[in-house]
Amino acid sequence: MSDHHSQENVHVVDYGKYIFVWLSLLAFTGITVSVSGINLGNWTVVIALVIASVKSWYVLNYFMHLRHEDIVFKIFISVALITLAIFVSLTFLDYSFVR
Amino acid sequence: MSSTAHTHVAHRDDYGSRMGMWLFLFTELILFGGLFIVYAVYRYMHQQEFHLAAQELNTTIGMLNTIILLTSSMTAAMSITALQKGNVRFSMSLIVVTILFAGTFMVNKFFEWSAKIHHGIYPGSKELVMRPEGEILYFGLYYVMTGLHALHVIVGVTIFVFVLVFMKTGTVNQTAYVKLENAALYWHLVDLIWIFLFPLFYLIH
Repeated sequence: MSDHHSQENVHVVDYGKYIFVWLSLLAFTGITVSVSGINLGNWTVVIALVIASVKSWYVLNYFMHLRHEDIVFKIFISVALITLAIFVSLTFLDYSFVR
Repeated sequence: MSSTAHTHVAHRDDYGSRMGMWLFLFTELILFGGLFIVYAVYRYMHQQEFHLAAQELNTTIGMLNTIILLTSSMTAAMSITALQKGNVRFSMSLIVVTILFAGTFMVNKFFEWSAKIHHGIYPGSKELVMRPEGEILYFGLYYVMTGLHALHVIVGVTIFVFVLVFMKTGTVNQTAYVKLENAALYWHLVDLIWIFLFPLFYLIH
C-alpha cells in the first residue's frame, strides 16, 4: 500500500485475485450452460438464477470492490435489492390471483 | 474495513463520488429490474412459447459474449490496480483491451441480430406477427432488453474513452483515480445485467 494522501483506506487488489475470480466466473458460466441441457422442469430457471446470483456476488464483491467499501454502501445495495424484491413479489402476488 | 477519517485535499471527495455512482447504478437496477419483471410475468403466462422461441437463439454466440464480457470486466478491474501501482501505460493498455472486448461483443451482437432480422424475426415483421402471442412477446423483450443492454455497452465504451483522455492529460493519475473507478463500476453493471440476460434468454431449453 502506497502513500496516498486524499484517498481514504486505499485497497490495492492483486492481479492474481482478479484472475481467480475471473476463472470462477467462467466455471459458473460453464455450469449454467451444461445444467441448462438437463430437463429439471421448473427447477431449471431456479438453478439458473441461483448461479447468476452467485456470479453477481463475485462481481459485486471483488470487481466492484464492495467488500472494501463502508457498511453504508452495503446497506444501500440491500435497500435497492429489497425494493426490487418487493416489486417482484407484489407483481406475482397480483398475477397469481388474476387467472 | 470501516472508514477512517476522510481528509480532503483540493475539494476532492472520492468517497462521495463513488457513493454517487452507486446511487446511479441503483436506478439502472430498477430500470432493468422492471424489464425483468415484465419478462418473468410473460414467461409465467406463456411458458411453452417462451421455450420454443428461445430455441431459435444462438447459444454459442450468447456464451461467447458472456465470456467476452466477464473477461472485459476483469481487465477493467485490473486497470485500477495498475494505476494504483503507478503503472499508467499498463493501466491504459488494459482499458484499451476492455474497449476492444466491448467492440467484439457488439460485432457478435450485430451478426446475431442480423441473422434474426434476415430470418424475418423483428418487431412488427410479417413472419413474427403470424406467430403465437408468447413468441411475439419473447422476441419483443429480447430486442428491447438486449438492445438496451447494447446501448449501455456503447455508453461504457464512451466513458472509457473519456477516462483514457483524462489519463493522457494527467487528470486521472496514481493518486486521483476515482473517475476510473466509477467508469469501471458502470462497466461491471453492464456485465452484471448480462449475467442475468444470458441464462434467461439463451438457456431456456
